[in-house]
Amino acid sequence: MTVSYALLALLEGAARHGYDLKQSYDRRFAATKPIQFGQVYRTLAQLVRAGRAEVLGVEAGAGPDRKRYAITAEGVTDLDAWLSEPEQPQPLLQSVLFTKVVLALMSGRPAQRFLGAQRATHLAAMKRLTRARRSASSTQDVLLADFQLFHIEADLRWIDHTESRLAALAEEVRDDRAADRP
Amino acid sequence: MTELLTGRDLYKSFGLTEALRGACIGVRSGEIVAVMGPSGCGKSTLLHCLAGILRPDAGEVHFAGQRIDHLPDLQRARLRRTTFGFVFQFGQLVPELPVIENIALPLRLAGQNRRTAVAAADAWLHRLDLDGLGARLPGELSGGQGQRVALARALVANPRIVFADEPTGSLDSFAADQMMELLVDAARVQGTSVIVVTHEARVAAHADRTVLIRDGVHELQVGAA
Repeated sequence: MTVSYALLALLEGAARHGYDLKQSYDRRFAATKPIQFGQVYRTLAQLVRAGRAEVLGVEAGAGPDRKRYAITAEGVTDLDAWLSEPEQPQPLLQSVLFTKVVLALMSGRPAQRFLGAQRATHLAAMKRLTRARRSASSTQDVLLADFQLFHIEADLRWIDHTESRLAALAEEVRDDRAADRP
Repeated sequence: MTELLTGRDLYKSFGLTEALRGACIGVRSGEIVAVMGPSGCGKSTLLHCLAGILRPDAGEVHFAGQRIDHLPDLQRARLRRTTFGFVFQFGQLVPELPVIENIALPLRLAGQNRRTAVAAADAWLHRLDLDGLGARLPGELSGGQGQRVALARALVANPRIVFADEPTGSLDSFAADQMMELLVDAARVQGTSVIVVTHEARVAAHADRTVLIRDGVHELQVGAA
């Protein structure tokens, strides 16, 4: 979903070939995992079918695809609507952490040890990201690292908060477990 | 590498409250170490014991191979003045003195003449992005500028180690990052060790190593993986 809008936004600046789009996308959004050519061309084909992009022409030259793509008026409207729409928060990782804590308590395993190990992993990741941030060459890269740092920091705050309430949670989980028994 | 500063089995109580209960920590030469933990865990007390501000009830503090916790007050004060640098949460600048004089203060206290001290302080204005602020009073600075002045004052006398107690606690995240980057850069250039107490993981992430303190004891160490 995000890739298709990113390609539309890149096309809004100027009509371009698929190869150029991949390079621009990777430079801005794919610091750790470049987008595959196949995904770029599949997405462009979908955008053309949906009327949000069009092929301006096919040029002769080297390479597998010399089609030039442009955004359509419908594509601009769609992109505008997507950019205006707030995203729902997606606390996915946090729910995994929560589940692990509850399952550890349910099964009589030491949840505190899990939280401690998770804290160490998160802190080490923050150090790696902070180093990368210091050597970042652009504001975009700095803000991408910041985005990740703030999210990890939020997890850490939850880990600290949960650890301070672990006894109450353990009691609740024990009660629930007793109620579960046939 | 041998440790520049070592705290061993440190205990410290205030009345019935046990702030430290056997904490251990070591800082190597040129190393930047963060001490992290929740409010009331004893991390500031640990810093003050290591810096010779407080005397631990039990345990030992060694600096550069010398035991310092049982030195007389005067000798510990001299060590703090000549060899250590300090940054606190709210800068603790002298409000009546302009920025340049605040930065020069450690050199003046060490006996340098005013002209030499001010020249050295002036170089720090530029290094810490404080150009043009030398004549201002601390009350005329933003929080971030004030902390950078405090950092310049901590480093101007080329200390062996800087003790920073929540140095970014009063700053927003942007100013805090800027402060930590300047602290780390300056410390690296000078080969100064830094021990920074913080409750913020984002601040601790700038350090080479993080020591977690909980209930007055060291719990866990995290280095960059």
